[in-house]
Amino acid sequence: MDQPDKADQPDKTGQTGQPGDSGASRPFFGPQGPDGKGSGLASWIFSTDHKRIGLLYLAVIGLMFATALVLGIILRLKLMTPGSTLLTPQQYNAMFTLHGVIMVFMVVIPSIPASFGNIFLPLHIGANDVSFPRLNNFSWWLYVTGMLLAITSIFTGAGAPDTGWTFYVPFSERTTTNVSLAVIAVFILGFSSILTGLNFITTVHRLRTPGMTWRKLPLFVWSLYATGWIQVLATPILGITALLIFAERVLHLGLFDAARGGDPLLYQHLFWIYSHPAVYIMILPAMGVISEIIPVFARKPIFGYNMIAFSSLAIAFAGSLVWAHHMFTSGMSDTAVLVFSFLTFVVAIPSAIKVFNWLSTLYKGSISLDPPLLYALGFILMFSIGGLTGLVLGAAGADIHVHDTYFVVAHFHYVIFGGTGLGMFAAMHYWFPKVFGRMYDHGRAAWAFWLILTGMNVLYFPMFVMGMQGMPRRYYDYLPQYAPLQMVSTWGSWILAVGLTLMFWNLYRGCRFGPVATRNPWGGATLEWTLPTPLPHEAFHADPEAPEPYDFKGINPDG
Amino acid sequence: MTDAHEVPHSEDQGHALSYRFLTLVWLGLLCLTALTIGAAEVDLGYLNVVAALGIASVKACLVIFFFMHLKYENRLIKGMVLTAFVILAIAIGLTFVDVGYRY
Amino acid sequence: MDKSGLMDNTGLMAEHAAATPPGGHPKDYHAAKMGMWLFLFTEILLFGGLFLLYASYRHRFPQAFHAGGQTLDVFLGGLNTVVLITSSLTVALSITALRRGELTRCLWLLSFTIACAGAFMVNKTIEWLAKFHHGLIPGSEHMFGLPEGQSIFYGLYFAMTGLHGIHVIIGASVLGWVMLLIRQGKVTAEDYVVLENAGLYWHIVDLVWIYLFPLFYLIS
Repeated sequence: MDQPDKADQPDKTGQTGQPGDSGASRPFFGPQGPDGKGSGLASWIFSTDHKRIGLLYLAVIGLMFATALVLGIILRLKLMTPGSTLLTPQQYNAMFTLHGVIMVFMVVIPSIPASFGNIFLPLHIGANDVSFPRLNNFSWWLYVTGMLLAITSIFTGAGAPDTGWTFYVPFSERTTTNVSLAVIAVFILGFSSILTGLNFITTVHRLRTPGMTWRKLPLFVWSLYATGWIQVLATPILGITALLIFAERVLHLGLFDAARGGDPLLYQHLFWIYSHPAVYIMILPAMGVISEIIPVFARKPIFGYNMIAFSSLAIAFAGSLVWAHHMFTSGMSDTAVLVFSFLTFVVAIPSAIKVFNWLSTLYKGSISLDPPLLYALGFILMFSIGGLTGLVLGAAGADIHVHDTYFVVAHFHYVIFGGTGLGMFAAMHYWFPKVFGRMYDHGRAAWAFWLILTGMNVLYFPMFVMGMQGMPRRYYDYLPQYAPLQMVSTWGSWILAVGLTLMFWNLYRGCRFGPVATRNPWGGATLEWTLPTPLPHEAFHADPEAPEPYDFKGINPDG
Repeated sequence: MTDAHEVPHSEDQGHALSYRFLTLVWLGLLCLTALTIGAAEVDLGYLNVVAALGIASVKACLVIFFFMHLKYENRLIKGMVLTAFVILAIAIGLTFVDVGYRY
Repeated sequence: MDKSGLMDNTGLMAEHAAATPPGGHPKDYHAAKMGMWLFLFTEILLFGGLFLLYASYRHRFPQAFHAGGQTLDVFLGGLNTVVLITSSLTVALSITALRRGELTRCLWLLSFTIACAGAFMVNKTIEWLAKFHHGLIPGSEHMFGLPEGQSIFYGLYFAMTGLHGIHVIIGASVLGWVMLLIRQGKVTAEDYVVLENAGLYWHIVDLVWIYLFPLFYLIS
C-alpha cells in the first residue's frame, strides 16, 4: 500500500492539494492567486519564501559558475602550450585569482546549502519555512552585494587582484590591484554565509514536526546542520582576516610587516583557520545529497545511519583542527608540522566511514541507474581519488615534494569539482523535477554525465603526474617537459565544457518543456515527495507525520 | 519555594532577575576590577598574566551567567556557548604549537 | 501553537513551533534567543582572531609589550572598564523593568546605558588623540621607527580598541532603536525578546573590553 497521499487529503480549507485549487497550492514560482499577486520581480527579490530564495541563490550562483568556468577554460587555453601565449603574465595572475575567488566564495560555498538547502531543509523536517525568513532574504542580498563588489574590483582601479584567492601577505599588502575592494566583498560574502548557517541551525532545533527526533532526520539535514556550525564558527575568522588585509593596505597597521617584527605566518594561520573548515562547508552538504540519493536508487535503507550522522559532526569538529597542513613548507615549527600532519590523518577517518557506508548501502540493493545515481556514483569515485591524494598531502614528508605543485591543484579539483560539483549536479537531477514539475531527458543526462566524468579525469589526472614531476602551480609558463600533459589537460577541459553545456541545456529544456513530472518519480521516502509537484507556495497545512526517511516499504516510484 | 531573586514570569521564558541581585553582580564586578588593578601593581612575574586573565575570566563569567542570563538557559544554549569558546581555545592553542616552538 | 516540551531520545527538549499557519509566522521566543546567541558567537570569534594575534605577538615580544603597556593610562582604562560594567548593569536592569511593566524606568535605564557608551567613546577619543599627539599614528614615520615589536603592540592596540569602539557605536545604536520600538509599543512586557537580544549584544561589547583592559593596560 502506498503511503497516504498527503496531497490528496483535504486541507483545512476543505480543498484538495491539486495545483490551481487554492493559492497555497499553486506552484511556488507562479502567482499566489488569480489576481496575479506573487509574480513580478519585487515578489521574487524581496520574497521571504525559502523556496524562492533558494532559486534566487541558484540563479546567481549559476551565473557566477559560468563566469568562473569561462575563466578556467581561458586559463587552460593559455597553458595548452609553453611560452607567452594569449595572456600577459599580469592578466594570467588576475585570472587565476578571480577564478579562485569566484569559485570558492561565490559558487562552491553557497552552492548546495543556499539553493537546495534553503528549498528542502524546511520540507525535510516538515516545516513551512526557516526560523528567520526575512534574515534569509537579507542573506541573499548580502550575497548579491558581495558579488557585485567583487565584479567591480575587476573593472576599477588597477584591476582585478593578482594575489591568488589566498591573499597572502606581504604581496596582498603591496600590490596595487584592487585587493581592498575584493576583501570587502569577501567580508560581506562571509556574512551571508554566516546568516545562512545561523538560520539552518535554529531551524533544525526549533521547527521539526512532532515526532521527528534527531534520529529520524534525513541525512541531508544532518549535513546542513553540521555545515551550519562551521559557517557560524569559522567564517568570522575569515572576516577578521579580510578586515586585517584592508587595515594593512589602508591604515598601514603593519601587523604582518616582518621589518617591524610582524609575522607573515600569522596571516596564514588566520587565513587557513577559516579556509580549511571552509572546504568542509563545501563537501558536507554534497555528502548529504549523496546520502539521500543512494538509498532511494538502491531501494534499501542507508547502511549505518547513526555513523553517517555522527561522522558529519565529527568532520565538522576534526576539520577545525588541521588547518596548518596548508603551511608545512612555510617555515612554521617542526612541532606544528608533526601535530597537524597527525591530526590531518584523523579527519580522513569519518570521511572514509561515509564512503564505506554508501557502498554498503548499494550492496545487494535494487539498483536503478537513473541520472541522480550516476552523478552520485561519480561523486564517490572522484571524491575517493581526491580524498586519498589528500593523505599524500597530509603526510608532511611527501608534502614537501608536492606542495604548491599541480598535485595540489589536481587534489582540490577532484574533491571540490568532482566532489561538490558532481554532488550539486546530482541534487539538480534528483530535485529539479520536484521543484519545477517537469522531467528532463534521462538519456541525454547520462551522456552529459559520462562526458563530464571523462572530461574531469582527462583534465585533472595529468596534473597529479605533472605535480609529482615538479610542475609548480600558478606559474605563467613552464618547461617543455610538461608540454604534452598540459596539452592533454586542456583537451580534457574541452570535453568537460561540452559535457557541462549538454547537461545544463538538457536540464533547462526538461524543466521548461519536458513532460509533467509525477509526485514521486524516484520513490523517495522523505517528506518533500509527499508534496505536490511542482512545490506549492505552502507545503504543509498541518504538522505532517515524521516518516522513517529511508524506509521504502510501500513506496514506489510513480514516474 | 521562590528563589530570592526571582520575579513572577511566564512559564517557559525564564525569570527576570531582581534589581537587587543585578546590583550585587555589578558590585562584584567592580571589586574584581579593583582587584585586577591592584594585582598588576605587584610583581608576580609569570603569575601576573595568569592573575590578570583569571580575574578577567571570573568577571566574564559573572557577565555571561547573570547579566546575559546563561545560568538560567537550557542545556542546549549552554552547550552551544561552550562549543564556541572551545573552538576559539583550539584556534589559539594549536597556533601556539607553531608560535611557541619556533627557534 | 504547540509548546509542549517533547523529550526526544537525545534528552534534549524538542520544543518547536507548529507548522506555520497560513498568513503568518508565529513568534518563537526561543528561536530568537538562539539566533542571537549564534550571532554573538560570530562576534566572539571575530575578536578572537585578534586575540590570537595578541597572544602570539606578546609571546614573541614580551619586553616591547611591557614597554607599550606602560604608555597606556591605567586610570582612563579603568574608568572605561567601570563605565562599561555599569552600562551592562543598567541594560540588564532595563529588561527587568520592562518585564515588570515599568516603562519609564526602562527607558531611563536604556538612556543611561547609551550615555555610558558615549562617555566611553569620549574617553577613548581622548586616549587616541593623546597617542596621535605623540606621533603614534598607524603608518607614520614614528611608528615605523619604533623598536621591534612596539609598533606591533600599538598596531594591535589601535586595531582591537578600534574594532571594539565600532561595536560600542553599533551596540548603542541598536539600543537606541529598541528604545524607539518600546515607545511604539512594539516591544512590551509580554514580548521583550528584542530588548533581551539587544542587551546580549551590549554585554558582548562589555565582555571584550573586560579582556582588553588587562591585556593592554595592566601588563606593566
